[in-house]
Amino acid sequence: MAQLTFREAIARGIAQEMRRDEKVVFLGEDIGAAGGVFKGTVGLLEEFGGVRVRDTPISEQAILGAAMGAAMTGLRPVAEIMFSDFFAVCWDIVVNEIAKSRYMTNGQMSFPLVIRSGNGGGLRFGAQHSQSVENWAMMVPGLKVVVPSNAVDVIGLMAASIRDNDPVIFLEEKALYASKMEVPDGEILDTLGTAKVLRQGSDATLVALGNMVPRALLAAEELASRGISCTVVDVRCLVPLDTQTILREVSATGRLFTIEENPRLCGWGGELASIVADEIFYDLDGPLVRITTPHIPLPAADVLEDMAIPSVERIVETVYKSMNS
Amino acid sequence: MAKDKKDKKKESAVSAPALTLEQKLDLYRVQVELRQFEKRAYDLFLENFVKGTSHLSIGQEAIAAGFAAAMRPDDWTFATYRGHAHTLARGVPMTPVLAELMGRENGLMAGKGGSMHLTSVEHGVMGSYAIIGAHLPIACGAAWSAQYRGTDQVAVCFFGDGSTNIGAFHEALNFAAVWKLPVIFVCENNLWMEYTRTTEVTAVENPAADRASAYGLESIIVDGNDADAVYEVASAAISRARAGDGPSMIEAKTYRHFGHSRADPGKYRPDDEVAEWLKKDPIPRYHQRLLKEGATEQQLTAIEASVAAAVDRATEEAKAGKAPSPELLMKDVWADGGSQWRN
Repeated sequence: MAQLTFREAIARGIAQEMRRDEKVVFLGEDIGAAGGVFKGTVGLLEEFGGVRVRDTPISEQAILGAAMGAAMTGLRPVAEIMFSDFFAVCWDIVVNEIAKSRYMTNGQMSFPLVIRSGNGGGLRFGAQHSQSVENWAMMVPGLKVVVPSNAVDVIGLMAASIRDNDPVIFLEEKALYASKMEVPDGEILDTLGTAKVLRQGSDATLVALGNMVPRALLAAEELASRGISCTVVDVRCLVPLDTQTILREVSATGRLFTIEENPRLCGWGGELASIVADEIFYDLDGPLVRITTPHIPLPAADVLEDMAIPSVERIVETVYKSMNS
Repeated sequence: MAKDKKDKKKESAVSAPALTLEQKLDLYRVQVELRQFEKRAYDLFLENFVKGTSHLSIGQEAIAAGFAAAMRPDDWTFATYRGHAHTLARGVPMTPVLAELMGRENGLMAGKGGSMHLTSVEHGVMGSYAIIGAHLPIACGAAWSAQYRGTDQVAVCFFGDGSTNIGAFHEALNFAAVWKLPVIFVCENNLWMEYTRTTEVTAVENPAADRASAYGLESIIVDGNDADAVYEVASAAISRARAGDGPSMIEAKTYRHFGHSRADPGKYRPDDEVAEWLKKDPIPRYHQRLLKEGATEQQLTAIEASVAAAVDRATEEAKAGKAPSPELLMKDVWADGGSQWRN
């Protein structure tokens, strides 16, 4: 057991897989000599050398095109897009090429690759370096989407993503990079498409993702002291989506609250609400409630950014009000 | 995994041996196949057997044929939406290609890809890409994989003159040069970028060759309507790439006899320009050359007749194909063969 930060867990997860499989290679901007702009890849160049850990030019289309071409010819590349906002300059490769080519070729090709990217706000970076883009990725057929909320999950889900034979968008919440936890020694391997119940309650089910998970847990603590007992589910993986766990936990309490950092429209919670309404409508005791960032670009100033992204206080107040109305 | 390349260098850095008459007859046969196949595809459009769109390479066959002759079976082709010729030239049989154009289950991808996405991994045809320029970086990735695994495979990436003005072109060229990748970029400059004359919207006269020096590459222009000339530059570039000496870019000057796509009669092109290029049609030119070099008229006629029979046969086989079965719809989104996104 050792205390590990979320950022250290990234390097540990990648290293674990690079040690076990020579086909795993890693490329991106500043990932090697610099150890990553968020220091998430420190030590990889030293351990695996410049042939397997390669710094690239600032060329996002080249990075992802290279990952795709390498994957279709037998490697298992991990590519970094430094900020998920930058997906906008290479989205063609992701959506039109990587996601569709297996289907279009009638299964002739596979794309075992991982694209990891710093995602989300909270660092006062302004609108072009703070977006939550999980909903962009979720709506594209052919992409798996993973958003871990803690260091242990980072390692286990990174390993599962690298071993998976399909393309995985692996979003790392920048606001969580400094968070720490006890991490067991030895290999850690998790399973994609599995949500986790982090707290069991009886009145309401809070379903959260990524950076919103620790906030949901704190909100549940506060709500408990105000007489509302909450279940907290960490979604962890948007595609494949563990609807069975979520439906079971929402049925049990009769109430769903989604807690999403993405802007309002077409956030993952909307899809979830639709599934819940379709399939367990008669188990519900009240409205489905989505707690999201408003439908705005994120502002830079700390006061404004904190107003935009769902806070513990906003989660508590929204749930409390809805449960007492 | 990466092996020492030094020994390999000696054996592969030799220049291409001159083609024998037999090889040239084969090169002729391939060009005739591409021509006759696409003429048939065009007729089948008019008869509504082929749906959607299609982009013909008629007039540009010498490039596909010349390169394919210089490639090894385990080398990789990356083509564009104008990719019928490149697919066939690598040895993919006509029937599945035609059936794919017709949306039949016996199509190359069971009808799921269509004319613009022809792919046959078995033949090294690693996809036809319909977003301009997107496949140049992807070809870099395949080349990187060969470099990493220490094989001496090369990736050959074909694209049109229009691709030279899009970002991915420049990203890929720089990337390939910096990583010294075994990739050959081949610009088929047919002078028209869809409906617009390329020189009117491009800062330089030769859209690929004039940009090569920006990436430390040699500027290479070849007569794209001469299969022997194409074969020669292709062989040299492939040898360099195999030897670990990095990428090349080749600009092949050519002309499409038809419009950009099925919907385009190509009327924007001046008649005298079209007439001039029809005189440079690669197939009659090659026919004449072969006669001069000792082939007989009977030999050439026999090749043409056997290709015509093969195209007829492929047409019948493609027409006999079934419509794709409904279960194909939900197959192969994922590597497990399915399309489940939830439990």
